[in-house]
Amino acid sequence: MGEFKVHRVRFFDYMPSGIRCMAFNRKADRLALARLNGSVEIFNFSNNYFQEKVIPGSDSRSIEAICWVGCDRLFTAGLNGEVVEYDLERLCPKYTLDAFGGPIWTAACNSAETHFAFGCEDGSVKLFEILPDKIQFERNLDRQKGRILSLSWHKSGTLIAAGSLDVIRVFDVKSGHSVQRILVDRGPAGTRNKDCVVWNVAFLSDYTIVSGDSAGKVQLWDANKGTLIKTHLVSKWDVLSLSVSENEDSIVAGTSEGTVIQFQLLSPTIGDAETQWIRTRTFKHHTHDVRAVTETKTSVVSGGLDTQLVICPLMDKVEVKSSESVLRKVIFPHRSLVSCAKKPSLLLFQFPDQLELWRLGGTDTVGKPGESLPVTRKPEKLLQLKRKGDDHICCSTISECGHWIAYSTVSSIRLYQIQCDNNNISISKVSKLPKVLRSAHQLQFSADSSKLFVASEQATIHVISLSRSECKHVHTFKPKSGSSAPVHLLAASADGQWLTSANRHCEINVYNLKKLKHHCMVPVYNSLPSAMAIHPETNNLLMAHADQQVFEFSIVDKQYTDWSRKLQKEGLHRCRSKWHTPITHITFNPSAPSQVMLHDTHMFCIIDQSLPLVDLKAQFYSRLTPKDMSETDRPSKNNAFKMCKKYQPLLHVNLLEDDWLVVVERPLIDIHSQLPAPVRQKKFGT
Amino acid sequence: MAELYEGFTLCGLAAGQSRENSGLLGIEPGRDTDHVIVTGAGRTVTVYKVSDQKPLGSWAAKQGQAVTCPAVLHGQTGEYVAVHDSKVLRIWRDEDINFEKVFKATLSAAVSRIHALPSSEPLVLFQRGAVRQLDALLAAPQQAVEEVLSEEEVIRWSSCFLEAEQPLLLFSTEKSGECFLYLQKLSPNVLHKYNIGSEGKGVCPIGFTATLEDKCITLMCLYSNGCVYKLLVSLHPSVEGEQHLPKSLLMKLPVSEGVLHRAAIACLEEGHIAIVGAPPSASTGDRDFLCIWKTNFPTPQASKELPGGADGPLWCNAGKLYVTHGKVLTVLPYRCEKSSLAAALGKLKQTSTQGDVYKAFCLYWGCVGVSREEVEEVLEPFLSCSPVSPQFQLGLAHIAVELLKRCQADPGFYPQSVLARLAQTGRLSHSSCPGFLMLALEKHDYFLAQLCLQHFPDIPEAVICACLKAFLSVADADLAQVSVDLEGVSLVDGPGQSLEVVQNGFSPVLLEEDSCDVQLTPPKLDQSSSWTDMSLTCPLFLQYLQYLYVRSSGDVYTQLPGLRAPTMTQIMDWVSLLLDAHFAVLVMAPEAKGLLAQLHRFVRSQVRLYSELGKIQGTLQELGKIKKEQEIGLYSIEVIELF
Repeated sequence: MGEFKVHRVRFFDYMPSGIRCMAFNRKADRLALARLNGSVEIFNFSNNYFQEKVIPGSDSRSIEAICWVGCDRLFTAGLNGEVVEYDLERLCPKYTLDAFGGPIWTAACNSAETHFAFGCEDGSVKLFEILPDKIQFERNLDRQKGRILSLSWHKSGTLIAAGSLDVIRVFDVKSGHSVQRILVDRGPAGTRNKDCVVWNVAFLSDYTIVSGDSAGKVQLWDANKGTLIKTHLVSKWDVLSLSVSENEDSIVAGTSEGTVIQFQLLSPTIGDAETQWIRTRTFKHHTHDVRAVTETKTSVVSGGLDTQLVICPLMDKVEVKSSESVLRKVIFPHRSLVSCAKKPSLLLFQFPDQLELWRLGGTDTVGKPGESLPVTRKPEKLLQLKRKGDDHICCSTISECGHWIAYSTVSSIRLYQIQCDNNNISISKVSKLPKVLRSAHQLQFSADSSKLFVASEQATIHVISLSRSECKHVHTFKPKSGSSAPVHLLAASADGQWLTSANRHCEINVYNLKKLKHHCMVPVYNSLPSAMAIHPETNNLLMAHADQQVFEFSIVDKQYTDWSRKLQKEGLHRCRSKWHTPITHITFNPSAPSQVMLHDTHMFCIIDQSLPLVDLKAQFYSRLTPKDMSETDRPSKNNAFKMCKKYQPLLHVNLLEDDWLVVVERPLIDIHSQLPAPVRQKKFGT
Repeated sequence: MAELYEGFTLCGLAAGQSRENSGLLGIEPGRDTDHVIVTGAGRTVTVYKVSDQKPLGSWAAKQGQAVTCPAVLHGQTGEYVAVHDSKVLRIWRDEDINFEKVFKATLSAAVSRIHALPSSEPLVLFQRGAVRQLDALLAAPQQAVEEVLSEEEVIRWSSCFLEAEQPLLLFSTEKSGECFLYLQKLSPNVLHKYNIGSEGKGVCPIGFTATLEDKCITLMCLYSNGCVYKLLVSLHPSVEGEQHLPKSLLMKLPVSEGVLHRAAIACLEEGHIAIVGAPPSASTGDRDFLCIWKTNFPTPQASKELPGGADGPLWCNAGKLYVTHGKVLTVLPYRCEKSSLAAALGKLKQTSTQGDVYKAFCLYWGCVGVSREEVEEVLEPFLSCSPVSPQFQLGLAHIAVELLKRCQADPGFYPQSVLARLAQTGRLSHSSCPGFLMLALEKHDYFLAQLCLQHFPDIPEAVICACLKAFLSVADADLAQVSVDLEGVSLVDGPGQSLEVVQNGFSPVLLEEDSCDVQLTPPKLDQSSSWTDMSLTCPLFLQYLQYLYVRSSGDVYTQLPGLRAPTMTQIMDWVSLLLDAHFAVLVMAPEAKGLLAQLHRFVRSQVRLYSELGKIQGTLQELGKIKKEQEIGLYSIEVIELF
């Protein structure tokens, strides 16, 4: 073991969408994030920042504002003028409502969570009442000239600050009248003829209004008197986002230059009770517009046009060194967008609006480790399958034999049969799908391609038998626990007997496909599974969790295996804890099934289950400098744990037959090259 | 660490010799390192092969004649030269059997000694102080010899050296209790006279030894009161006429009765001396010992008791000491370990000898049972002198280690002032006495901890972290009582201005002056106490980190990751951490203002430098990029091997 031929694939043209806005739910410790393509993602901050849920976007939706209500209600509003509440179990919009004010630029919920205010293009601020299962229009505040770009409620719920062009207004909620009008300075000379756009306002409980505007200013105003308290010029460009910490002692502002600037409420002299807002830290983790910032208890979270979510720890708030004290950049989704048919060497790439099917290339020659082999057969794009309708693709899969492709959006499931003989490729849509199939959270073909498993609403799993002539609904599995959490992972055993599903309540259910009944549930571990697979020979279930733990569970014995316990003891997770991206895929070497392959964004590793797990840590550390070591000094080839960091960032790794590996890389530079030019070129050291 | 090996007897001495007269005139080197010429006090000259303990040849003067000066080997001709009856010079070869028939010349004056030099003509020193080269003397044996010494002035000891091919003769004389030293140079013939001065009543020099090093003769002189003085004799004295030669006390032998009657001293290599006739410590009594001492730090390194009485004379030749005791001449091979930087820093592995060091120390000042005051008393004079040799450093480290051991064994024992003095010498390092800094932290001695941070050049990461932790979590009450040096912290200059005086980022000068006076005022307001605390400790560590940053930015490329000193990356991490965590505090603290400005200046200059490097890198990067991208492309097939 040890030598592999690698298909190094860089033609998956995956492009994440820019981050538009986000909202942090302190009670649930979850961050909701909306992207420019209308998709919504939820990150669980107490579970290693795992991307817990993804609500696929839609062409017809554009999101400008996102809001939590309570622990589990999520609303967005956008330029299509609609307000959407989401169903966080079915992962799709629950209902959509037109506010009738033209494009909505901003939304804010009062502290009591009884009312929404929406700022519209037509200059109106619309109040909606929040009811248990819907929201309902109540009234308009006095309509003003100029679109409303930002809103903030005072804690008391009686006043609303609204940012517009060149002006900030304070409305009395009861009367609906504007009680204060604050003129905001335009930028320096030369830009005077340009409107000053008040992109953000924040109403503090001491009646201070904080504003961020297109002239690069963060200003503090006295809301009662309408006077300026302090101006901080923080950027030559726009201040695009603003966030106030929960106890109102810190403000963070994001700018077009990619910087995030923190202000803190401090007393200028020791022992003085008087406090001032003082500019303290500057973070520079973005290259483009920082469209969204928010502050959690221990970190500043920012996101923007450069598509990455940055979680930057505030070291003064972090008490112990843990996963919290590390700067994180989330660029890639915490799930696999690539499926692989091992035998015919096909790769299926999932984009929001299409699927691409590729056949890998080949070579006639052999070579030594470290060599690049001449490509004698080039990779081939066999198929480009555009989706129908507005909704983005949420999941897709290809069968092991390569003859079936299935994908789903929130509104429909489509199944295709592919014939591929002598460079002729034909695709036929399976038209008559069983009625029970409406949408899927996850799709999976059985190993022999005779069945399709569809993870659907209410955590149910439909089993569909496939044949050339027809598709038949065979059975529907339901979890014994009665949980309705969406299933995000499916794994089927090679012998066709077992099917496992993992849902967002961390439950992993095992079903017996022969007897068509629930077999058992794996003991619930308090971290979400991020990848799982069933061993082709032993039928042991391998699971990786968001907190980097890896377990092996014997389906037959209904208990964790000895190997799993040893692994826990030796601490694979500790070796891996340097990385903060979850394991997104587990697979086995077809030529040597004892070899397990797992990967995350930064590395893949192969663990040989037949070899002893001794000295995992030592091996790990010694591996840090393999280049410096001579052949003889290198750790023995008999260690169980081998890993590779050569290929980064990884979107997918799979083991094919005859010791072939396929790695799908997506270099960051390729992503950056597709972004628009930043407003300010990054100079070294600035 | 010197060692004395098991000795052996070379020959017996003629019977009936009194203790006053050891029975040997002298031992001179033979034709190679294994041969010596032993001149008996009577009439015999014998050549021995030392390793075989066997005489190779022996010559004796006629009955009634007496050999009066030790025979030497003329290095250039291979002939032996001796004098009998003070004035009769005899020269012979190995093959000459009958001493009566060998070359004979009668001189006009009495000879004191003949000194042989390996590659030069032997020098003849007359009893009245004149010096002649042998060949010049043989050309006219009856030539007149001048009188250099005054009446009653007697030569006590002489030695010769070769400096830049020029022979030199150094001899000491005594006249009614006063001692003089003469340095005779030949060609040109120059004589310098020095007055060594006396040491008070009844105290007289009883042994001399000298070495030539770096154009300077170091004379060591053993006095009867047990003191060993060091005198430096310059080869090129600037002043004419008689000079007073200052002497410095090197060590004081523990002489139990106060007076040594007979003892001998011999200079060995690497700063070691051998002394016979004085015991290594007072407790061992007045028995006869041969002892090797270290001069830089007066510790007995090895000692041997010689039964039968040994108090000199003592000769040293080719790694062996020759000493008479009882009725025998014993040869004792010895070894003086070469001092190295590694040894000085305590890094040299001394598996076998380390125990001896400690033993020697305990033997020397028996620190095991003594109280804190006694330790202070003992160490005070020692710490006051400031030699710069590595041995001194090693000695300091040994003392520190011993004290640490004692402190650890006995919780009540904590000689704070001595430890502080030790740290302040600036010659200790973390590696030479690990645990020193940790002890200070353990005892909540922040003053000492700060000293360590200031003076130790090599504090490892873990310990700095521990300090950081301890300092950041220090209780206000603790801090209020400690004098922490704030001035030294906030006033340090950048590297460009005064790097010499900055040690580990702190100014020792300021420290000396102010450390004891600057008393932290206890926090007045409760609410601001944590603030004060932070504003005190933060700048301190930022200061230290800044120093490390400045220092290591100079040698980024030569660093090994994380072995001993923290690496650049680690320092950067810490600086970022500190700034991140306490930026607000630092901005507000007036003490930190200058420091922050300075750090900013330095960082700015670095950024400027690196931005230039960035341009270069950018240019060069393109080259690599072109090649790489061609290779990889959108699809490639590679072979890898996983380890």
